[in-house]
Amino acid sequence: MKELVEVIAKSLVDNPDEVQVKEISGEQSVIIELKVAPEDMGKVIGKQGRIAKAIRTVVKAAAIKENKRVIVEII
Amino acid sequence: MKSIEMTGKTVEDAIEAALKELGVKGDSVDVEILDRGSKGILGLIGAKPARVKVTLKKDYAAIAKSFLRDVLDKMCVKCEIHIKDEDDVLKINLVGQRLGVLIGHRGETLDALQFLVGLVINKDNTEAEHKKVILDAENYRKKREEILIGLAKKLAYKVQKTNKCVKLEPMNPYERRIIHSALQDHPYVTTYSEGEEPFRKVVIDLKR
Repeated sequence: MKELVEVIAKSLVDNPDEVQVKEISGEQSVIIELKVAPEDMGKVIGKQGRIAKAIRTVVKAAAIKENKRVIVEII
Repeated sequence: MKSIEMTGKTVEDAIEAALKELGVKGDSVDVEILDRGSKGILGLIGAKPARVKVTLKKDYAAIAKSFLRDVLDKMCVKCEIHIKDEDDVLKINLVGQRLGVLIGHRGETLDALQFLVGLVINKDNTEAEHKKVILDAENYRKKREEILIGLAKKLAYKVQKTNKCVKLEPMNPYERRIIHSALQDHPYVTTYSEGEEPFRKVVIDLKR
């Protein structure tokens, strides 16, 4: 799950080396924290959060198989 | 995008040298002639070499394919990726078994992936260079179109019978357009959209 967010984020930003993804697993849910360079924030959030929403939708679809709730946070 | 400048005796020479340097064929580059050059008088005085700028064309299909391949691998989905590069649209078709997970409820996952592929291939592009992406899996888009046209006709009939307008569920612009165009020549009903994105919906009403 972590790698999926990483692949997507790295393809969108200008500074792929500064993409950091952290995965915190709970019992039923997984929290994925995505950190990018400050100037790339817009590239992963988008107008009215459109990009962030698309990332979350794709990750949610991938998580169905594992039967877990995934929360993607951009920090 | 990668581009180089090259000089040569003639324009052709310069282009050839640039292609050799980049290691590509003529149809995968854009050539800009900076200076045609001149032979000068008797080839001695005032001779100037020709200068060209050769830019590698962006290979949209390859970028889209490698991005999708990465994403699908990480999602543990196995499928073939077929890409057709048409003028300003990149048509991508995913072929495989059990791709339901890629389509999602009402196609939301497919739309999200399509949006992301569009962002990735249009990165660094200007507005004019923007290339549209249509992503499909298991013929979902075509089937959905048929269902929506059927729904539109059925509801138009209902509106005509009951004299009451009908509001459809919220849809994205692409799906709303299918409804509008399915009923645009209808003799008795008219359609319009109301509400704000992403909850904008089509209303079918009687013509007055």
